[in-house]
Amino acid sequence: MTTAGMVIMGTDPHLTWNIAHDFSEVLEYHFMVNALLAGSVVAVMAGLLGWFMVLRRETFAGHTLSMMAFPGAAGAALIGVSATWGYFGFCVAGGLVIGQFSGGRGRSWSEQSAVIGSVQALALGLGFLFVSLYGGVLGDLDNLLFGTFIGISNEQVLLLTGVAVVAVAALAVLGRPLLFASVDADVASAKGVPARALGVVFLVLLGLAVAATSQITGVLLVFALLLMPAASAQAITARPGLSLALTVAIGLVVVWLGLGIAYFSIYPAGFFVTSISFAIYVGVQATVWARSRTRKGLQIPEQPRAEGVIA
Amino acid sequence: MFSQEFMRNALLAGTFIALACGVSGWFVVLRGQVFAGDALSHVAFPGALAAAAAGVDERVGLFGATIAVGAGIGLLGQRSFTGRGTVGAAPAGDTAIGAVFTFVLGLGVFFLTLFSTSSGGGSGIQAAHTLFGSIFGLGSGEARLAAVIGLAAGLMTLLIARPLLFASISPDVAGARGVPTRLLGIGFVMLLGVVAAEATQAVGALLLLGLLAAPAAAAHRLAGNPYAGIALAGLLAVAAMWAGLALGYAVPGLPPSTAIVTIAVGIYYASTLVA
Repeated sequence: MTTAGMVIMGTDPHLTWNIAHDFSEVLEYHFMVNALLAGSVVAVMAGLLGWFMVLRRETFAGHTLSMMAFPGAAGAALIGVSATWGYFGFCVAGGLVIGQFSGGRGRSWSEQSAVIGSVQALALGLGFLFVSLYGGVLGDLDNLLFGTFIGISNEQVLLLTGVAVVAVAALAVLGRPLLFASVDADVASAKGVPARALGVVFLVLLGLAVAATSQITGVLLVFALLLMPAASAQAITARPGLSLALTVAIGLVVVWLGLGIAYFSIYPAGFFVTSISFAIYVGVQATVWARSRTRKGLQIPEQPRAEGVIA
Repeated sequence: MFSQEFMRNALLAGTFIALACGVSGWFVVLRGQVFAGDALSHVAFPGALAAAAAGVDERVGLFGATIAVGAGIGLLGQRSFTGRGTVGAAPAGDTAIGAVFTFVLGLGVFFLTLFSTSSGGGSGIQAAHTLFGSIFGLGSGEARLAAVIGLAAGLMTLLIARPLLFASISPDVAGARGVPTRLLGIGFVMLLGVVAAEATQAVGALLLLGLLAAPAAAAHRLAGNPYAGIALAGLLAVAAMWAGLALGYAVPGLPPSTAIVTIAVGIYYASTLVA
């Protein structure tokens, strides 16, 4: 356990009825301030890039990018550099590879999904090879998979902020054409928007966001910040600006609540972050579904089943 | 090579798991459901952990979780399935799949903590590792069980192959002709759940994904006839398995799963150059 962990053990945190006191207790510790800072930066970045991921329906690609952390960490251990560099390197490379091979040439979604799956399997296989060549045990496997918010250093906060600024700035420049290309690739291409190149660049940016998010949530739970807030927001409103703002807001609430509860609990932050995010997602989906049902019931009678034959 | 018992076990289990992955993989690729297969292999882990934390046999949790989530994905997938030849967008159901499996993995973290605190300080990750075997570490009993389940899943897929093919290519017409497309879709993903659970615990999630996607994608490119395609997918998966096992045995330091997956993906890449 890290020194920060010892601090927790020593002070025995517990909730009181005085919320202001609890709040100030959380912020008394440097590691908690760092965790909240890093979490907020990641929530904003993951929210914005995740919003486009959901819009472009690249969930599988996003998940495959998160799996790049395994060969990344193993490869970094093999050549003796920090695991963080391995993460970012492999995530960006993964974005390039998926962008290069899955899109274009009129490939059907069936084949695209097979290509993305193959890239993921190959990357994991590479990870196993690295571990085997390394010969040792990968340290911090728990943290790699499920994340940690204890012991985030000032340098890490700076690094995450730097990555977030670069990614969000790039997104700000590309946002409009990317939105156009995401909504209707054919029309965008006809208007001279380089839809395919944009798609590759977007996957590289998504790789950056995934690598950054996995530092907080762990590799397996990146979708708690990358996918669920965006999917919830897009179900609430179709207006892009409002939807993006809502995504970021949901992400921030999820991170703050999740880390806050985890501080007072023995269970890992990843569990709370994921559960809160999923609760919001399910709540929104259920509301939208219930509304569409009542609206349908009022206006449109049930469609006949054999519609396909007539058409 | 064949005098080693672990090698015979690996070949026995590997052959039939590869067969099941290849055959069902042909439909998985046809229906654009590789992500669903991937998600099922992930929920196997929290399922097993939940069972371990509750003190039940891990296999109950393993198969229970994958089959239940498989049924859920099958239900969801009905609205979003896009069918063959749809250029571009993935089904919208992928977003829901991503949300659900992440939540289940979040529960897995919770069970992991429960398990490691209740089992007296033993590392949960270590326990999780023992739940997921490597293909060279199979006992003869495990290998035989894996072979039986692989064979059964492959046969089940062949049994529903004809109506499933109809329902996958032209769901509306199949539905009008009285084919229970909805039920078939759900049943197929549940069957995939069985394959995922068995493959994950016997040979690891990595092999499942590689053998599900790559040989089938190659078969789709090479064979126009569906039944030839299904047979070819099974054949290519078994070939990748055998070649990979032999390579993993011959080259020290090369994990067999890495070799198998690399060969499978290599076959697919070669198929894109040919056809």
